[in-house]
Amino acid sequence: MAAPAVGSGGAALTGRSLQRQLQRSNRLRRLQAAALVAPLLLYLLLFFLWPIAGMLWRSIDNPELRQVMPQTASLIQGWEGQDLPDEAVLASFAAELRQSYQDKTLAVAAKRLAYESPGFRSLMFAAARALPETPEGSWRATLTGLDPKWGEPLTWAIIQRAAAPWTPIYLLAAIDHRLDANGGIVAAPADQAIYLGIFLRTFWIALVVTVLCLLLGYPVAYQLAALPPRQSNLLLILVLLPFWTSLLVRTAAWVVLLQREGVINDLLIKLGLIGEPLQLVYNRFGVYVAMTHILLPFMILPLYSVMRGLPPHYMRAAASLGAGPVRAFWRVYLPQTVPGIGAGCLLVFILAIGYYITPALIGGANDQMVSYFVAFFTNQTINWGMASALGAVLLLATLLLFALYARLVGIDRLKLG
Amino acid sequence: MARPAGHASFAMRLGHYGLWAVTLLILFFLILPILIIVPLSFSAGTFLTFPLPGLSLRWYQEFFSSGPWQLALRNSLIVASATTVLATVLGTLAALGMTRARLPAPTLLMGLIVSPMVVPLVIVAVGVYFAYAPFGLTGSLLGLTLAHTVLAVPFVVITVSATLQGFDPNQIRAGASLGAPPATVFFRIVLPLILPGVISGALFAFVTSFDEVVVALFLTGPAERTLPRQMFNGIRENISPIIAAAASMLILLSVLLLTVLELLRRRNERLRGIKA
Amino acid sequence: MRAKPWQIGMLTAVCGALLALGPVRSPAAADLTVTSWGGSYQDAQRSIYFEPFKQASGLDLIEDNWNGGVGAIRAKVEGGGQEWDVVQVEAEELVLGCEEGLYEPIDWSALGGKEKFIEAAVNDCGVGAIVWSTAVSYDADKIPGDGPKSWADFWDVTKFPGKRGLRRGPKYTLEFALMADGAKPSEVYDLLRTPAGVDRAFAKLDQIKDDVIWWEAGAQPIQLLGSGEVIMTSAYNGRISAANREEKRNFKVVWPESIYAVDSWVILKNSPHKESALKFIEFASRPENQSKLPNSIAYGVTNKDAAGQIDKALLQDLPTAPENLEQSLQLDTEFWVENTDALTERFAAWSAQ
Repeated sequence: MAAPAVGSGGAALTGRSLQRQLQRSNRLRRLQAAALVAPLLLYLLLFFLWPIAGMLWRSIDNPELRQVMPQTASLIQGWEGQDLPDEAVLASFAAELRQSYQDKTLAVAAKRLAYESPGFRSLMFAAARALPETPEGSWRATLTGLDPKWGEPLTWAIIQRAAAPWTPIYLLAAIDHRLDANGGIVAAPADQAIYLGIFLRTFWIALVVTVLCLLLGYPVAYQLAALPPRQSNLLLILVLLPFWTSLLVRTAAWVVLLQREGVINDLLIKLGLIGEPLQLVYNRFGVYVAMTHILLPFMILPLYSVMRGLPPHYMRAAASLGAGPVRAFWRVYLPQTVPGIGAGCLLVFILAIGYYITPALIGGANDQMVSYFVAFFTNQTINWGMASALGAVLLLATLLLFALYARLVGIDRLKLG
Repeated sequence: MARPAGHASFAMRLGHYGLWAVTLLILFFLILPILIIVPLSFSAGTFLTFPLPGLSLRWYQEFFSSGPWQLALRNSLIVASATTVLATVLGTLAALGMTRARLPAPTLLMGLIVSPMVVPLVIVAVGVYFAYAPFGLTGSLLGLTLAHTVLAVPFVVITVSATLQGFDPNQIRAGASLGAPPATVFFRIVLPLILPGVISGALFAFVTSFDEVVVALFLTGPAERTLPRQMFNGIRENISPIIAAAASMLILLSVLLLTVLELLRRRNERLRGIKA
Repeated sequence: MRAKPWQIGMLTAVCGALLALGPVRSPAAADLTVTSWGGSYQDAQRSIYFEPFKQASGLDLIEDNWNGGVGAIRAKVEGGGQEWDVVQVEAEELVLGCEEGLYEPIDWSALGGKEKFIEAAVNDCGVGAIVWSTAVSYDADKIPGDGPKSWADFWDVTKFPGKRGLRRGPKYTLEFALMADGAKPSEVYDLLRTPAGVDRAFAKLDQIKDDVIWWEAGAQPIQLLGSGEVIMTSAYNGRISAANREEKRNFKVVWPESIYAVDSWVILKNSPHKESALKFIEFASRPENQSKLPNSIAYGVTNKDAAGQIDKALLQDLPTAPENLEQSLQLDTEFWVENTDALTERFAAWSAQ
């Protein structure tokens, strides 16, 4: 495209120097372009990619024991797993156990060990309280005297594993698995194996919401696209206004609407349609309604933009060839809107699987999605490894879907409003 | 087009009105929460039910006289303004750069820039919570601004790029060949042309930050509480009409935003209409 | 193509923007942040402790609220963002946090000595603030006649159809479940110390799982009860009488099988405002200040001298009234110190399924 513009340069330029000049100017432009994009890239690297990479790292990071008991953590790596670790390791363990109890850092290590075996917290604290300064005989005998568990190789195997630089336990737990005594991967016990179910629930809620959005969004987009621009722009405001209204505002409004003594129940009772108020909120129904409401514009807008671009004469041609309206719609119109359907559905689905606020405020305990548990482990139990592992799996799912979106729809189609 | 037989025309008309009815019903569903929450904010009573016991401005009065709500409003305004400046500058530069020349891996580049729009907010929140803490950026408005800018930047890049797509690079060359220095070219030719996109992007950035609650939940302490964060607490504990008042003001903000966007869109269309 | 100058111009603009962010530090760097439990309880504390303290000390005090959980304290201290100075914590959070070094030790001499307080209020890391109960509560306007009298009634969805409110989390919930299953209050913790007892509690919870709305903040159950969302709920006793007084409700507290505990003030580790924090705690522990609390909210107080100054008419509503104490069970702090982490995760897993 640049050729004709430079072509006017005149006959003084030979072909070769022209080419060189063109190359130079292209290079310059690329440099300028890179310089313009660089600040944003640098910014995203520092304040977005780096934090996310940090989160991913935390899903395998294993720092607790190495921080609290550095010497034991390095010594125990040499243990072969036969019998008990030798006396030097046990002595170091005893010293660091007592020290960390005094420094009040023991809880961090105990909590980490309890992830692998729940009894560990009390085991560690009981030992720390009762441990003498010098061994009675050997440390081996002293520890085993406090609790026979200290005489079991399994106890030390868990400590050895917790002292390694990284651990798979969080990622395994996120897919309902764990390490057994020998370090083999086995299914998690039933009362802990909940995360696959939660991922499944997350995808299921997202799917239902996507389908509902499609069912509700398609006729609206169709109708809007069929109207003259002036009218459709007016009605489009009804789509865009909720779209740009705060998510919290809409969530709050749905709570008000759906409560037991809320607007909808009041109305239904006054109309005599129901005698007793219905349970519409703090359950799955409420979550579906509110999420569909919030995500519906993301379906309508791409559908609308595809339908707007469709030439109307195809439908007319189909009708004139004798196809009934239903057949014409089904065979001619619908196939042409498939790109819009794909774009809308993928976008709604991608956004839905990450939802947190709406289910948290409108759902019950078993309507919470993966994001809720990421927040729960981050803020409530401070099990940051688990939060990161669940986050990593959720991120992976999102990125795969996003890549699919980029491939099928194209990123430049991601326009909002 | 041949007129269908009477029978078919009845069915078609039925379908036609049926479709209209369905469309209006769905549009009603979309607008319903807004229709409900605004009148409730003017209630004279303490409960969020209809019919209203009377009209009053008491909840607005309460909003504007309550310390925590005022602090939240102020924090939200500060963070959203700072986010807008930062995101608009970074995003506009990047959009200009991306249309200036073909950069390596353009899809990946664009994918990276818009990914904050699709990555679940909780993941962003947890990530920045871990990463910002060592630098004292949790519990600070600066930290919140830095994170909000990440979330707002895609909107700026997308809107500015969209305006640049119809932009004829020959105009820059024309300006340059007529002897205008690059700065003049930028401020006299480029900026006026992309301005609607820049303003739309800035508005999107502002609203993105002003409405954002998940990152705020993780990054803010009591002194940095923002409006959505304050509302979140209110919805959890006790949905009083003061929430409805705060919500109504946020709705007013969206209406203003939408109006400005619509005006910009029309102006843009008009400009292009003349060009065409 | 020497476009550099305007690029430089833009870069200057970026730097300008970053400089403009300078004031985007916290605008209200307060002298002291006090975190309590929100709702009507914090309203009472505000008028009795927070505002008078601001007046008396000239310090700027900011409030926050929370819903408990030692994890939240760990996050504040270990997470680095030092936002809270003084927090009111529950009994096991006090002990756990003290063991983990999350709190500053209390200088009891500044408070007039340990002997001024009831025994349960004295700890190396914290000063008792209130004695409070968690009990069944219901709206007597909606259940006229015989209301629920025990946790067994709470579980009886045929006698009292409708949703129930319970605090989200294992603490209290497991105790209530066992009592509903027929365990005597005195044997609840012995049972919970065995795996079979914990399983039994969860099995009992399974029975009403679909009928429970879980709440987190103390103000929520009152809201749920008031809006008719639940027919009965567990709730903090003080909030119930506050709702009766302020919103003219007719909510009842079921004292039998309620569980009482002591909440304490603590100062978070490395608080930059240690001295002001201690001053605040001292202020809030004075008998003349504490004795005003039951006027606004029905919680027992911890300063021995305060107890004598309380209006006699209010005493019967307090968890510390002898006839109320007699029918209720004391929270076993030691049990929850040992088991909070494991049971919290198990409860989360259970409730999510």
